[in-house]
Amino acid sequence: MELLYNIFADPFVQMATMPDFLLQVLWEGFVTGTLYALIALGYVLIFKASGVFNFAQGIMVVFAALSLVGFYQAGVPAWLALLLALGVMGLMAIGIERLVLRHMVNQNEIILFMATIGLSYFLIGSGELIFGGETKSMITEELGLPTGSTVLDVAGGIVILQHIDVAAAVIAGILVAALAFFFNKTRIGRALRAVADDHQAALSVGISLNQIWAVVWFAAGIVALATGIMWGARSDVSFALQIVALKALPVLILGGFTSIPGAIIGGLIIGMGEKLFEVYWGGLMGSGVEGWFAYVIALIFLMFRPQGLFGEKIIERV
Amino acid sequence: MMDQSVEGYVTEDGRQIGGVLMELKNITLRFGGVVAISDITFDIREGEIRAIIGPNGAGKTSMLNVINGFYHPQEGQITFRGETRSRMKPYEAAKQGISRTFQNVALFTGMTTLDNIMAGRTLKMHKNFFWQMLRHGPALEEEIEHRRKVEEIIDFLEIEHIRRTPVGQLPYGLQKRVELGRALAAEPSLLLLDEPMAGMNVEEKEDMSRFILDVNDQLGTTIALIEHDMGVVMDLADRVVVLDYGKKIADGLPSEVQNDQAVIDAYLGVPH
Amino acid sequence: MIYREAGQFRTSYKQDSAIFPILQDRIAIYFYLFIAFIVIPLFGSDFFINSMMIPFLVFALASIGLNILTGYTGQISLGTGAFMGVGAYSAYKLTTYFPEANIILLVMLSGFFAAAIGMVFGLPSLRIKGFYLVVTTLAAQFFLEWAFIRIPWLYNYNDSGAIEVPQREAFGIIVTGASATPTVRYLVVLSIVVFLTWIASNLIHGRIGRSWMMIRDMDIAAELIGVRPLYAKLSAFAVSSYIAGVAGALMVFFWLGAAEVESFDVNHSFLILFMVILGGLGSLVGSFLGAAFIWMLPIVIRAIPKMTGLDINASTVEQINFMIIGALIVFFLIIEPHGLARLWAIAKQKLRVWPFPY
Repeated sequence: MELLYNIFADPFVQMATMPDFLLQVLWEGFVTGTLYALIALGYVLIFKASGVFNFAQGIMVVFAALSLVGFYQAGVPAWLALLLALGVMGLMAIGIERLVLRHMVNQNEIILFMATIGLSYFLIGSGELIFGGETKSMITEELGLPTGSTVLDVAGGIVILQHIDVAAAVIAGILVAALAFFFNKTRIGRALRAVADDHQAALSVGISLNQIWAVVWFAAGIVALATGIMWGARSDVSFALQIVALKALPVLILGGFTSIPGAIIGGLIIGMGEKLFEVYWGGLMGSGVEGWFAYVIALIFLMFRPQGLFGEKIIERV
Repeated sequence: MMDQSVEGYVTEDGRQIGGVLMELKNITLRFGGVVAISDITFDIREGEIRAIIGPNGAGKTSMLNVINGFYHPQEGQITFRGETRSRMKPYEAAKQGISRTFQNVALFTGMTTLDNIMAGRTLKMHKNFFWQMLRHGPALEEEIEHRRKVEEIIDFLEIEHIRRTPVGQLPYGLQKRVELGRALAAEPSLLLLDEPMAGMNVEEKEDMSRFILDVNDQLGTTIALIEHDMGVVMDLADRVVVLDYGKKIADGLPSEVQNDQAVIDAYLGVPH
Repeated sequence: MIYREAGQFRTSYKQDSAIFPILQDRIAIYFYLFIAFIVIPLFGSDFFINSMMIPFLVFALASIGLNILTGYTGQISLGTGAFMGVGAYSAYKLTTYFPEANIILLVMLSGFFAAAIGMVFGLPSLRIKGFYLVVTTLAAQFFLEWAFIRIPWLYNYNDSGAIEVPQREAFGIIVTGASATPTVRYLVVLSIVVFLTWIASNLIHGRIGRSWMMIRDMDIAAELIGVRPLYAKLSAFAVSSYIAGVAGALMVFFWLGAAEVESFDVNHSFLILFMVILGGLGSLVGSFLGAAFIWMLPIVIRAIPKMTGLDINASTVEQINFMIIGALIVFFLIIEPHGLARLWAIAKQKLRVWPFPY
């Protein structure tokens, strides 16, 4: 009886009696969700253009952040460090296209996925080798990002908003808008969508697959850098982040692997859902629930709607 | 239209064909807004070779998929051996003795010819998990018993030389032959062939025609086939049903159908 | 010359259905078994047996388990680590409740718990196909990891959260715990691995293995032939998880002697997946080759600085390890997606016609 009350009634009672706390939790979830969405965005870009789930996206985020901090610590001014980090990601994109993707054009999706796993291992090793394995702090202030926080009086209590979190949401929004514009309105964006649809047809129209892939991975690299900066600003830059990147999978399941708005909405749903569950129901189950909760949500989703909220329905033909 | 009485009919080459094996009544199949099959009724009789023809997109493969249980029609009924149902699972269709080949050869590319045809014996293998773990003993005996049968088919189709070749490495014509072998391995009462001659040259077509006729003749298997090559259809088929845009436009002996104006119009009068 | 089959005629289907129809292969197998059972225990150093052979065998077994699921049935899985954990914790609880029972028997039983859990997490595979299945197995992996900590009963409520293997006997000989000698532990592991490999091979070559491969290659056609996806997929999950579970129990009881949750984390799942990929998907031989390669390679790399006198610190060696393994995976997937097993088969093919080129 008490158990039933604890599961079905008590959490809602808590939510209702402490609305300011609820808002705080929702805000925290929203912020985490934004970061998940940013990571997911990188995956979507690459999946959209090449049908590959790029397992290495997580380590690319770390790598980008580490390059940025590394350049800064080497004495380069912040804005230049930013440009150089972008350059590093560009070189990485070209390198990956030339050394890996070009040779794997006809393989099936699972083989390509495993290749990206191999790639991520390689990047983890070389990342630790180049930058060292210790945690570093992100050069938040130097980049001009706001620090500090605002306290709002809301619903009879207070809610604290970190400025950096607000900045993260804004930047994510700008990125999404820019990418949407890019995909829909520019020539290259159109070419990207053509490639995503049918490699051979795109080739026959004169679109260079190699160029497109390099462009896409570079775009993913830019997103990775933005993600690395925002995430690093909140919780420092370390290699642990790349496991968190696995969280993007449930986000992508929810939002569909090829949808940019889906990545955002999926990220927000997962981020907020996870937080709510952990805070209000986590007491019943013990801590650490957020380690697997997102996957369970994705799993349930897959059972009923395998293509996600925004993906295309799969019809099997014989 | 010819006189298709319940007791049967006589084919153009003088064979007596018996009763109805499968009957499809008022089948309608939709995919969202697209109507693939619209109110089609026809039957397949025991021991005959029934051709399903029509221009591209007429709904022929969908029809086969409905017979197989892979697609479920929104309206209509299927009667097989006297049992009527509107939905059937592919597993049940297989169990009832319906097997088929596919338009885009659906072989198990990671397996050899031998394994692919042995795969066709799946429903006839019963030795349970425990014996399979031991292999030596009852499971191996069962394996060998079925191997004998499969070798008969390999012999019949003249594919001994590629027994152990992974089918992914075989040329297209041989793949289609292996697929036929796999379908035959199940000893079906109704064999569905989806464009068995597609992509073959003249010699291969002659071989395949010979195999199909032998299967019908020696094993008594009822065959329903989709085919584009008019010459093949006229030579092989006992009766023909013609589809166009999901509707049936003709049904009868090959000579009748060939001269049917609606059919000629649908094809623009060019057999190929 | 040596490997010629000339003169070896198979005159019955029974002979042709043998798993090693070529005489030279049969001799080779007996040779390997001889080396494994006799030569190594007699001449191998404790270090070699303890740190190379036992873990190699444990990982080879786990790879066989994963290979059945991913290589033969085409169901990609990142949950191997957690299933190994289920086996390990099951064995631990079994021996806690039945301390006098033969530990080998308990280890073999522990696999069934892993099989049961494997089947539960395999149920979604009936609806979810291809790459999406990764999500299910990751859910299993992370959920079970969480459960291993959150259920103190599993580790007998001790404070550290780790389990330590008590001394246990089988057939009157001490086989686990501090007093058990490496040689004894090695022989136990070897016997179990050989036995389970034999069973796996039998299954693969028969009707069940065929149904797995059918599902992998074209599940729709398989269903139309009469394979029931439910049985085929769940049996694959069951057998695969059973084997992984036993491997996990072996890992804890006969190699590490102790375990924490980290011993079964997602990194282990990836590690075993790499072994399967590099060794060759859909190949038992490949599982052994892949496990040997991935296990031995870091040891070899770590040994290089000592041998050549270069001064490289330990963490750098680890990082280089990561890089080399990652690069090798990409390399293999490009050059020979079928892995070491295919290279081995090609080598044998060359041997058949040696000294002629073809």
